[in-house]
Amino acid sequence: MAQYLLKRILMLFPLLIGITLITFTVIHLAPGEPVEMQTAMSPKVSAQSRARLREFYGLDKPLHVQYGMWLSNLARFDFGRSFAPDNRPVTDKIVERIPVTLSINVIALILEFGLALPIGILAAVRRDTIVDRGISVFVFVGFAVPTFWLALLCMYFFGVKLNWLPISGLHSLGYERLSPLAQYWDLAKHLVLPVSIATFGSLAGLSRYMRSTMLEVLSQDYITTARAKGLKERTVIFKHALKNALLPVITLLGFSLPALIGGSVIFETIFAIPGMGQLFYQGVMARDYPLVMGILVIGACLTLIGNLLADLCYAVADPRIRHGRG
Amino acid sequence: MRLPRALKLVLVALLFAGCSGEPQQAAAPPVVRAPAGPPVQGDALVVGSIGEPSNLIPILSADSASSDISGLVYNGLVRYDKNLNLEGELAKSWEVSPDGLSITFHLRRGVKWHDGREFTSRDVLYTYRVTVDPKTPTAYSEDFKQVKTAQALDSYTFRVTYGKPFAPALASWGMPVLPAHLLEGKDITKSPLSRHPIGTGPFVFKEWIPGQKVTLERFPDYFEGAPHLARYVYRIIPDNSTMYMELKAGGIDMMGLSPVQYQRQTNNPEFLQRFNKYRYPASAYTYLGYNQRLPLFQDRRVRQAITCAINKDEIIQGVLLGMGKIAHGPYKPGTWAYKPKVDADPGHDPARAAALLKEAGYVMGSGGILEKDGKPLSFTIMTNQGNDQRLKCAQIIQRRLKTVGIDVKIRVMEWASFLTNFIDKGKFDAVLLGWTISQDPDLYDVWHSSKTGPKELNFVGFKNAEVDRLIVEGRGTFDVEKRRACYYRIQEILAQEQPYTFLYVPDALPAVSARFRGIEPAPAGIMHNLIKWYVPKAEQVN
Repeated sequence: MAQYLLKRILMLFPLLIGITLITFTVIHLAPGEPVEMQTAMSPKVSAQSRARLREFYGLDKPLHVQYGMWLSNLARFDFGRSFAPDNRPVTDKIVERIPVTLSINVIALILEFGLALPIGILAAVRRDTIVDRGISVFVFVGFAVPTFWLALLCMYFFGVKLNWLPISGLHSLGYERLSPLAQYWDLAKHLVLPVSIATFGSLAGLSRYMRSTMLEVLSQDYITTARAKGLKERTVIFKHALKNALLPVITLLGFSLPALIGGSVIFETIFAIPGMGQLFYQGVMARDYPLVMGILVIGACLTLIGNLLADLCYAVADPRIRHGRG
Repeated sequence: MRLPRALKLVLVALLFAGCSGEPQQAAAPPVVRAPAGPPVQGDALVVGSIGEPSNLIPILSADSASSDISGLVYNGLVRYDKNLNLEGELAKSWEVSPDGLSITFHLRRGVKWHDGREFTSRDVLYTYRVTVDPKTPTAYSEDFKQVKTAQALDSYTFRVTYGKPFAPALASWGMPVLPAHLLEGKDITKSPLSRHPIGTGPFVFKEWIPGQKVTLERFPDYFEGAPHLARYVYRIIPDNSTMYMELKAGGIDMMGLSPVQYQRQTNNPEFLQRFNKYRYPASAYTYLGYNQRLPLFQDRRVRQAITCAINKDEIIQGVLLGMGKIAHGPYKPGTWAYKPKVDADPGHDPARAAALLKEAGYVMGSGGILEKDGKPLSFTIMTNQGNDQRLKCAQIIQRRLKTVGIDVKIRVMEWASFLTNFIDKGKFDAVLLGWTISQDPDLYDVWHSSKTGPKELNFVGFKNAEVDRLIVEGRGTFDVEKRRACYYRIQEILAQEQPYTFLYVPDALPAVSARFRGIEPAPAGIMHNLIKWYVPKAEQVN
C-alpha cells in the first residue's frame, strides 16, 4: 500500500510538468499578446512604448527562456506578477477570489449530493413508476434549461417583482454597518438564487448515475438472497444495496475536487459574483499569461490530487482493490 | 464628462457600457415633483459598471472603468467644460507664447491633496517626468515626447516648451496630476496608490472590494467646494440585463440604457416616476472602412457607390431604434470642428450607385451580381465578436448592397485574432468598427498617410496629400478659426473620397434616479457638475 502510494505521488511530478508545458505552449499559440490587448487601436501608443511594455513583461525573450523563468519561479511557489495593468502578484489575485468560489461550490456540492443521491435511490427503488418518471422529468428540465435564462427569470421574479431576494452581488450596500448576525443573513440571502440554480442544473448527472448503479446492485443475486431471508425492504436497500452502490460515487466526488475552485463564467457574470470563473475568463481574454498559468497549475494540482484521493478512497472502501493489486 | 486624460481615439470594442456619458436634452419631460429646496448634504450615488477598474494610477491603465474613478479622484491642469471648451482646473490660467512654442500655466494656490499636503508645481513636473520615463510602462507618453523642456518656475508656475507649435498639447495637460510627495523616487508600478489613489479631486478614495465595488467619499476641502453627495459607489455588475434589473429594484441609481431599454422597456409611468432619462450624442461613431490597398477599393467610384446604396437612416432605425444621428465625417455633431452641411456627401441614392458602378466598368452578370472582366463584385465585411449592433449593421448593409448587385459576405471574429491575423496584416476587404471621437479634433493618428504601417491606425491605407497637409496645418496653430477651416475642408475631402462610409453617431442614454437634483444636461453630458448633485433630505436613502 505504501509503495503504491509513493509510486502514485512520484508520478504526479512529471505529469504536472507535462501539463504546464502544454498549457504554456497553447496559451502562447493563441493570437495576440498581453501588450497588444492593452494597447491595440490606441493612437497614443508608439512602437517604442510597445517595445518598452514587452520588455517590462519579459515578452521579448525567446519562449523557452520565458518558460524556464516561469518554471523556476514556480519551484519557489511564486506565480509571478499579472500582466494586467495592475501588475499585482498572481497569488494575491487568486487568493482574494478563492474563498467566494470555494464556499459557493462547497455549499452547492453538499446540496447536490444531498439531493441527487436520495432522488436517485428513490427513482431506482420505484423504477418505472410515476415517481421515477416525475423525477426524470424534473432533473432533465434542470439539465436542459439554460441556466442564464432561468437565472434572469428568477432574478426578475424574486428580485424585481416580489422584492424578496437581492438580485446580484454578495453584499447589500451598507453591509459594513450591519451586526455580524445581520451580515450573515445578508450574505445568505444573496446566495440563495445562485446556489439553488447551480444545484438545480447539476442534479441530473449525479442522480441518473446514482439511479443506474443502484439498479445494477438491486439486480444482483445477493439482494435476492437478502430479500429471500425475509429482511425488511429498508434494510435491504440501505444496508445491503446502498453501500455497494455508493462505491462509484467516490470517484465522482474525487473528480469534483478541481471543480471546487473553478467557477462558471456565465453564472458569475450574471450574478456579479467575483469568482474564479470571471478571473480566468478575463485573464484569457487579456492574454494575461501568468494569471492563466497560475490558475491552470492550481487546477491541475487539484485534479491530480483528486484522482489520487479517489483511488485511495476506493482502495480503502473496496477490499478487492486493496488486497488484489495494491 | 471630464476626460481625465487626453484620450483621443480609442476603438470602441464594446457597447457603450459606461454611465458617464454626455447629454444634451432630457428625452422625456422630467417628472414634476415637490420643490426640492436648497441643496443639502448626504446620500450616495450608486453607479453600475460592466467593467472593473484595473489600476487607479491613471497613466498605467487604459480602461474606461479606471478612468471613471480616477476622473473623480484626480484633477488635471485643464479640462473640458460643459460646453466642451478648454478651461483651467488645477491651472488658474495659462498663456501660449506668441510663437506658439511654450505654454505657461499659473497654478491654483491652496489646493490640497487628500492627505492634507499642498499641491504645487513640483507635482506637475513629477507627473510629466514619470510619464516620459522609459521605465514607466505607460501608453500615454506620446503627447509628452514633443515637449523639449518642462520647468517649474516657482511653486505655482509651470512652463513647457515644444520644438514646434502643437495644438493638441494644451488638451494633453488635462491628464491627472499625481502626488509627487508619495511617488517620487519610488517604483510607480509597485506603488500602493494603484489600489488606493490619493488625488486632489472632489472625491476621496475609501475602499475597493475586488470584483464588487469601489467606494469614494466627498472631499470636504475640495477647491471648487465639497460635493453635496456623501458617497459615490461604483458597483461592478458585468451583465447588462442584471444591471437593468438592479436599476429597477433600486440596487443602483444610474446606468447607461441600451436603445431597446430606452425605447421599449422604460416608457411606463412607473419607471418615469422613479427615473429621469437623458439622451445626447455619444463621443463615438461607427463606420464601414475599405481596404484601399485592394484594387477593388482603389476605385473611388466603387466606394462612393457603396455609400449611395446604403441607407443610413434605415440602419439607425433598425439597429438603434432611432437613437442616433447620421455621421458624415469623424466629428461629433455640435462640436466646433463639425461641419453641419457637407456638400460632397453623396447621401442615399441607389440610382447614382448603379450609375457609378456602370461607369467603373461593372456589368450585370448572371445571378444578379455585377461583374467586371468575368469577376463578380463581391467582398467580405469583418467585424468583432460580441457587438450585436455591428453585426446587425452589417446585415442591413448586406441586404442593401445586394439590391444594386454587390455580393457581401459577413465574418465575425474574436477580437484578438481579428487584430493580429487580419487588421495588422492588412488581410481584410472591409471592416465594420467604431472609433471614439476625441475632444481635440486632431486627426493625425487615423488619417495621416504616415500612419499606415502595421499596428498603426490608418489601417485602411488612406493616402491623400491635401488631407496630410491640412492635418499638419491644423495641429500647428492654436488659432481656432484657422483650425476649423482645415477640418471643414478635410470633411469635404473625406465625403468625396469615402475611405470609410461613416454610418452613425449613437446616442448615450443614461437613466438616473429621480431623487437626484441639480443635474444639468449640457453638450459635455451630465457628469460635469456631479459635485452640485444633491438629494433632498426627505428622499435620502443611503
